[in-house]
Amino acid sequence: MTDHGHSPASTVDVAPTSQESSPDKLAWRRFLKNPVAVIGVLALLITVLASVLAPVISPYPPNAIDLGNVRQPPSADHLLGTDSTGRDVFSRLLAGGQISLMVGFLAALMAVAIGTLAGVVAGWFGGIVDGIISRIIDIMLSVPAVLVIIVLAGVIGPSVPMLVVVIAGLAWPTPARIARGVVLSLREEEFVQAARALGSRTGFIIFRHLVPGVLPPIVVSATLLVAEAVLLESSLSFLGAGVQPPESSWGNMLNEAQSLTVLSSMPWLWVPAGLMIAVTVLSAMAVGDGVRDAIDPRKNN
Amino acid sequence: MTKQTAPTPPLAVHDLTLDISTPQGKVRILEDVAFEVRPGEIVGIVGESGSGKSMTALSVLRILPAGARIVGGRIEFEGVDLATLSSGRMRRIRGRRIAMVFQDHMTTLDPVISIGAQIEEAYRIHHPRVPRAKAREKMVETLELVGVPDAADRSKQYPHQWSGGMRQRAVIAMALINDPDLIIADEPTTALDVTIQAEILAVLRELRDRRSLAIMLITHDMGVIADMADRIVVMKEGKVVEMAEAHALFSSPEHPYTRKLLDAVPQPSDATPERGRVEEAEPAALQVSDLVVEYHRSWRRQGVRAVDGVSFSVPAGQVLGLVGESGSGKSTIGKAIVGLAPITAGSIRVGDVELKALRGGQARAARERFGMVFQDPASSLNPRMTIGECIAEPLVAHRRTMSRTARHARVVELLEQVQLPAAWTTRFPHELSGGQRQRVGIARALALDPELLIADEPTSALDVSVQAAVLEVFQDLQQRLGFSCLFISHDLAVVELLSENVVVLQQGQIVEEGNARSVLNDPQTEYARRLVDAAPFPDPARQRARHVTRITNV
Repeated sequence: MTDHGHSPASTVDVAPTSQESSPDKLAWRRFLKNPVAVIGVLALLITVLASVLAPVISPYPPNAIDLGNVRQPPSADHLLGTDSTGRDVFSRLLAGGQISLMVGFLAALMAVAIGTLAGVVAGWFGGIVDGIISRIIDIMLSVPAVLVIIVLAGVIGPSVPMLVVVIAGLAWPTPARIARGVVLSLREEEFVQAARALGSRTGFIIFRHLVPGVLPPIVVSATLLVAEAVLLESSLSFLGAGVQPPESSWGNMLNEAQSLTVLSSMPWLWVPAGLMIAVTVLSAMAVGDGVRDAIDPRKNN
Repeated sequence: MTKQTAPTPPLAVHDLTLDISTPQGKVRILEDVAFEVRPGEIVGIVGESGSGKSMTALSVLRILPAGARIVGGRIEFEGVDLATLSSGRMRRIRGRRIAMVFQDHMTTLDPVISIGAQIEEAYRIHHPRVPRAKAREKMVETLELVGVPDAADRSKQYPHQWSGGMRQRAVIAMALINDPDLIIADEPTTALDVTIQAEILAVLRELRDRRSLAIMLITHDMGVIADMADRIVVMKEGKVVEMAEAHALFSSPEHPYTRKLLDAVPQPSDATPERGRVEEAEPAALQVSDLVVEYHRSWRRQGVRAVDGVSFSVPAGQVLGLVGESGSGKSTIGKAIVGLAPITAGSIRVGDVELKALRGGQARAARERFGMVFQDPASSLNPRMTIGECIAEPLVAHRRTMSRTARHARVVELLEQVQLPAAWTTRFPHELSGGQRQRVGIARALALDPELLIADEPTSALDVSVQAAVLEVFQDLQQRLGFSCLFISHDLAVVELLSENVVVLQQGQIVEEGNARSVLNDPQTEYARRLVDAAPFPDPARQRARHVTRITNV
């Protein structure tokens, strides 16, 4: 093709100026440019690491009762004080993190995976498939979540896997609805028509054209779902249908703060757990925003 | 109705300079733009997209986008400098003294308010104390002026009940209702068919003559400019590169850029390489017979018939042009071939394969025999996929055993064929210009060495000069690779440039077919003649001569 070196067309072409770099590297660079997202990642990393390493760094066993040292304010011995049965709050915070983070992230991940797939399939195939999936979504959205879980907890017995599955099972309609809506408009886009016209397989169209287009709003809803799941776990544990004592979670640590005296004069019993929930949720949202922008190649400039 | 000719031009722009601030710093959009528009004169502003012609119009009305700022120069309108006028006084000029006609009649009108009410509103904003009945009377009168029949009744209808050409008339009426001195028309006919375009341009010309209105006409279409403008301002990269009387500009363009723009326009007369006709014995690459396409057909109701009994064939190695207005079914035929529209009756054969009989996997597999180039490369390439991935898509779909390296090698080869750098495989579509993107679209369509290429208005979303380059690449490839092609277009000049034979469609039926040159130079049917006549020539003298013979609808 060397004889086309100075074609008429070359007068119109001006080479884009940006230097060569792989798309993945560019995406990573876009992510690192967002300071809030980077702080979010660091905060999440520290939280996760601390929870995973809980057995090593905990000064006390999280469930060890010491009735001689009840509701002690923070001191050198007990960094965050002790609770009403003399257990070390710091150790319980680390141990609780394991459960809360696991429930939050696993449930959100499952919900997003199920929801995205269901929504994309409903939006793409339309017709009767869409009808069935959409009616299921409507039914799920009209079910009172907390009641269902309490009933299930009563029937199967409360446990952490049960919590994850039930929260995911109740949360997937939200991402499914978002995905369906986006796919409904994407499928009319010319590049999807082009893919059909050139004979691409349905699987290829779904995973290479539709899912990447659906991801940005889904990532945002996923971060909200993490928040929702952590909070739902908290409220269920509070109601006694979630994590069972003596095991700790951030949610049932908040149970301590049921009386006004605790609220006003013993903040070390509830502030750390509340703070950790807030930090986790905020970090997840920041990371979600960062990921959403990073996976959009048009955000380069 | 004629006004006294003012001694000063109503609009004189002096050294207009405009900056837009972006996160990367200030960008100069316009630099020292100067021109004037006199009463009763149509001044055409031409240039490619990005040349600053629309920004010039927006500056005059001071409806600039956020971040844009006029940093120098004056915009004198009857002795007042609009660039420094207070926003209150500017508001009294906007719409009343200077009115704008926008390009897209679909989005300019509010879909939930009746057309009459919208036009009345434009009047009542500037005449708040005028009674409603009076405003209504004025509205009906203005609609009649722009050639809307039964204006009193039809004005009660909503935008979706009006056709595109009628809607654009409504938009013009909205601009006219306050008897402005200057109308700025920004690509007023770009979204319309040629025959409708001719009507709208006639309306504008009439108004100019009857009311000695000054019109600033912004367009990228050299034909429209030749048809309309008395004087022409050529813009490039925010600067005025040439300004001249229409005749002078077209007969002796001085600036090299103007020459380039004019050369890029496909000229119907001196094209058509007279090639020897291929013998009929050769098997047709595409054989369409009695094709019927109906949408929304169900057991209880008759569908909408988009294509109604169309038969034609594309001989191997040849290009067949398919022409018609929007709604003629020309795109639907292309879609039916690639499987995006249902084949209700009739048959489509590509080579020796009957497409109608194929289902599921077989139909999918048959698609490797033809490629399709879409109209708008901005939307037919997935913005989240790299150029390399886009071009490789057909290979992934039909050559499952192909190794990654072989695929990459083929993509690089294709990029070279469409004259793009091989290193661009990792670029994303938005980093490319429109013309470059469309070459990627062509490369994708050619990835599997198809026998047949279907090109659906591949250049109508591009600037003229870019269109010329893309067409050249296309022609070169067609001659070297020898694929057959169904070239769908509304642009007769482009079709004549590329194809030996042409089929003219109207409302889903063939009205005329034959050798491209003879159909376009000597159309036999009334419809084809209208189509040919409506397409403006980039030659003011010839265009003026045609006006005399043409029956205007106003």
